[in-house]
Amino acid sequence: MGLKAISRDGQPVQTSFLRSMWAVVWKDTTAEFRSRELLSAMLVFSLLVVLIFNFALELNARERQEVTAGVIWVTIAFAGTLGLNRSMAVEKDGNCLDGLLLAPVDRAAIYFGKVISNLLFMLIVMVIILPIYSILYNQNLFVPGLLGTIVLGIIGYVVSGTLLASMSVQTRTRDVLLPILHLPVALPVVIAAVRASAYFLQGQPMDLIWPSINLLIGYNVIFTAAAYMLFDFVVQE
Amino acid sequence: MQSKPVALKVLDGVTVSLMAVSVYLVLVFAPMEAVMGNVQRVFYYHVAAGWVGMIGFLFAVFAAVMYLWKGDRKWDVMELAGIEVGLIFSFINIVTGSIWARPIWNTWWTWDPRLVTATIMELVYIAYLMLRQGIDDPERRARFGAIYAIVGFLSVPLSFFSIRIWRTIHPVVIGSGDAGAEGSFDMTADMRTVFFFCLITFTFLAVDLLWHRVRLGFLADKVEQLKMQLSS
Amino acid sequence: MIRVNKLVKRFGLKTILRGLDIQVEPGEFVGLLGPNGAGKTTFLRILSSLARPNLGSVEVAGYQLPQQAAQVRSRLGVLSHQPLLYPNLSGEENLTFFGRLYNVANLGSRIAEVFELVGLAGRERDLVRTYSRGMQQRLAIGRATLHNPDVLLLDEPYTGLDQDASEMLDDVLKKVTREGRTVVMTSHDLARAQDLCSRFDVLSRGKIVATTSRDGLARDGLLAFYRAAISQPAEATHGA
Repeated sequence: MGLKAISRDGQPVQTSFLRSMWAVVWKDTTAEFRSRELLSAMLVFSLLVVLIFNFALELNARERQEVTAGVIWVTIAFAGTLGLNRSMAVEKDGNCLDGLLLAPVDRAAIYFGKVISNLLFMLIVMVIILPIYSILYNQNLFVPGLLGTIVLGIIGYVVSGTLLASMSVQTRTRDVLLPILHLPVALPVVIAAVRASAYFLQGQPMDLIWPSINLLIGYNVIFTAAAYMLFDFVVQE
Repeated sequence: MQSKPVALKVLDGVTVSLMAVSVYLVLVFAPMEAVMGNVQRVFYYHVAAGWVGMIGFLFAVFAAVMYLWKGDRKWDVMELAGIEVGLIFSFINIVTGSIWARPIWNTWWTWDPRLVTATIMELVYIAYLMLRQGIDDPERRARFGAIYAIVGFLSVPLSFFSIRIWRTIHPVVIGSGDAGAEGSFDMTADMRTVFFFCLITFTFLAVDLLWHRVRLGFLADKVEQLKMQLSS
Repeated sequence: MIRVNKLVKRFGLKTILRGLDIQVEPGEFVGLLGPNGAGKTTFLRILSSLARPNLGSVEVAGYQLPQQAAQVRSRLGVLSHQPLLYPNLSGEENLTFFGRLYNVANLGSRIAEVFELVGLAGRERDLVRTYSRGMQQRLAIGRATLHNPDVLLLDEPYTGLDQDASEMLDDVLKKVTREGRTVVMTSHDLARAQDLCSRFDVLSRGKIVATTSRDGLARDGLLAFYRAAISQPAEATHGA
């Protein structure tokens, strides 16, 4: 919307983009820090994934070093699905989504509000999981490049995931459908992020890593733009 | 109910004749490739099927954009037709590729970017069909379908590039060859003739099948409409 | 306040609204009656800008839909049988959230005022999850009227409420509509509608088939009027 619409009594009609976006973030974080439904589910699930991998792959100390990047990203992808599903289901139960759409706010502000809260929740889970992983497997994960890759990858994962979750919660098959819709679309993120993470852990030179990082950035830009344009169509009948 | 249009009947005839000629060209006319032998003949249909798959998916994405823009149901019918045709021919493309790879690469399957990308594209559009299946309201089904068709299509090239960060062994026959590719060969003039004939034949096949599928979709809509008129 | 002309809405191949016309003047309280599947909810979703019309013109509070949706939304309150509230937030937090989305001025004092109005003062800090169904519905009225809308749309607001809760809702509705708001309400509860509404329109097969004011009805005459309206053949457009 180019010009700001002004109502008869001189008040701006549409609540500003940032204001409405932060209202959504505030609402999600307040509810979540009280109930901790989503965070605890993601956290426990992530721990279980880490444990199961240990036994499934019967890792010894040396092999563990090599699969760490893979285990981390499988954990993120699966726990993320859980979180995205829950975060949109909250809006769908009791039709709260309609309540949001009735307000005079830009639809994209609602989408980006949800993206930011989902991003926060996933980062919180990682902040807890990574040190635990470091301790359990006696491996230093505090490599700045790795942490940067994780943030970049999670952004991409959440940007496409939030858009798809807002559709999947409106279908009959709901919870089952999200991973099926999302994983093939999020595959570039997972592949590039695993690659970059592994290289960072091995201490490879940057010119090997840049292609993966660039791909992650490209994905984030393309999908942010696409979601910005497409979210309107998700919510408009 | 309208009968089959004359243009479509003509197209059917042309397509069937071209297919018959292409079988002769591929199996008899084309020279045997010196190193790979007869199995190389699968290449003509392999590439052509991949080509039709791409036509199907591109057509579907175009229809998806048109649907979101115009909101006309006919674009939804076309989108679904494009994806169904695309799915089948990409599948043929993968299977024929596998048949060729067994003797040449000594394996049915490798984790090569082109193979994996083709498979991911199949998975994306199978997911698309599952999404449609989960929605009862036809308007929402069309809307969500169009959105997912576009999102999926955007992700496919990114998947390709991300996998390419690993090395590829798939031969590049058209355009600049990759020195490391295994199983690449130079086409003779006759081979080139057969190759382009197959591409043209399959293009006709693609248009013919899309037309039939779209027409079927419109007829199904009409049946639905008549049913509703009867019940009300 | 509401002007709808030849409204058509289709879902796929199904046509839900077939050339619906209705005009509502400021301050009117319209009871929109009709059998299930007549298109009442669809019509309210179009008025509230959640769904777009296929054909026809829709004007709410002086603005065109769907072009001026933002203007309409800021002047519109919607109450449905679902409360549209977040169970894991307190009553106050819910209203704070929606108040921010609507850019309500002096939010804190307005929220206190609303809690007083809907009779929930003292329960502000409790989670909505712990509210009874009736309390949730009253808070939902608070949410719908927080930004002082000119037009109020009520979609089956009594569904799932017991006798006491319904009476309380009646009281609150009478209070919030006394301020000269225009209201459109769908309801299956004819007795309740007759008590509240100033005018009745019957929606059947995607059109308004009959309309009457309360003054034009005999005492308890609404049921007879409604029966007559929906039993008309589909061709009839306006009765009564």
